[in-house]
Amino acid sequence: MAETITLSVARYRPEEEAEPTVQTYEVPYRKDWVVLDALNYIKDQLDGSLSFRWSCRMGVCGSCGMTVNGEPKLTCAVFLSDYLPGPIRVEPLQYFPIVRDLVVDISDFLEKLQKVKPWIILKEEKPLSEGEYRQTPDQLDTYKQFSMCINCMLCYAACPIYGLEPGFVGPAAIALAQRYNLDSRDMGAQERLDILSQKGGIWDCTFVGECTKVCPENVDPAGAIQQYKLAGAAHWFKSLLLPWGAK
Amino acid sequence: MTGGKSPFLWTLFSAGGTVAALLFPIHLFLTGLAFPLGWLDAPSHESLQDLVRHPLARLYLFVLISLPLFHWAHRFRYTLYDGLSLKHLAPLIVVVCYGGALLGTAMVVYTLWNLP
Repeated sequence: MAETITLSVARYRPEEEAEPTVQTYEVPYRKDWVVLDALNYIKDQLDGSLSFRWSCRMGVCGSCGMTVNGEPKLTCAVFLSDYLPGPIRVEPLQYFPIVRDLVVDISDFLEKLQKVKPWIILKEEKPLSEGEYRQTPDQLDTYKQFSMCINCMLCYAACPIYGLEPGFVGPAAIALAQRYNLDSRDMGAQERLDILSQKGGIWDCTFVGECTKVCPENVDPAGAIQQYKLAGAAHWFKSLLLPWGAK
Repeated sequence: MTGGKSPFLWTLFSAGGTVAALLFPIHLFLTGLAFPLGWLDAPSHESLQDLVRHPLARLYLFVLISLPLFHWAHRFRYTLYDGLSLKHLAPLIVVVCYGGALLGTAMVVYTLWNLP
């Protein structure tokens, strides 16, 4: 007889219940199955009403982030065998409002992401005739690590400050702002610093470091925020000593 | 100027953390292990006194003690805010933490100034 493993899955159907509940499912245990495979088995074979987000199944799209046994994980990247003998607790990402079952409302993150202007800002576009904006491999290396972010929001679910201060811009957005600050083609560092020096910005971070621990892409948002703070502090001292120089 | 006093306090926190992480282990090793266990010959009281007579040695001791106090103050402030959920006591916590670091710094200055 085939072995099975138990999944305790958080359910929330707003039209039926006021509070999330837990439902348990027995799924076949297969060594090569990730938690997402088990959820898809439930959806296909046991209970079609279970809702969750997923797309690529290979750690690229960042949509299957959930809380697995209390830790934020990409469910496509953790195997059932990591949690033997079970049961495996699957819940939605912490700190986000739940829309239904394992689906959370990510609009807060999207708003914050846009706020930090994560795109290349140019003071003046050069004419096409001058050719492309070139970059050396070294210049690419300075920001490449921070550009690996897949917006999975595991770092938000891991950040106790985001839980306590909903206004906090949060790890991924700050790391992405830093990604563009470090880009040799970008000229928007000052604009971003003006936004991130305010309440809810870099100074809200108390360097807990959980964001970096849970990041599935090794982006190191905590490192990005500390770098950002150093730049912010340097700018602060500069504007204190040379009030007419810095903006 | 943006960010209020945060950049200033964070700089002290960060500098204090660097000092504590890089220099404390050396002192702990020397005075806590190497000298008492006889791995190295302990300097005499007189030679240490000669050493701290030099202004640079005093400046070193000032940095070594004062900056980590501000590191503590900042970390402890947020431990109380977030770890123990005492943010409603913010004004008191700020006074106790940074006041404590300032008091400690004053004591260091006083002690170093009055060394024979």
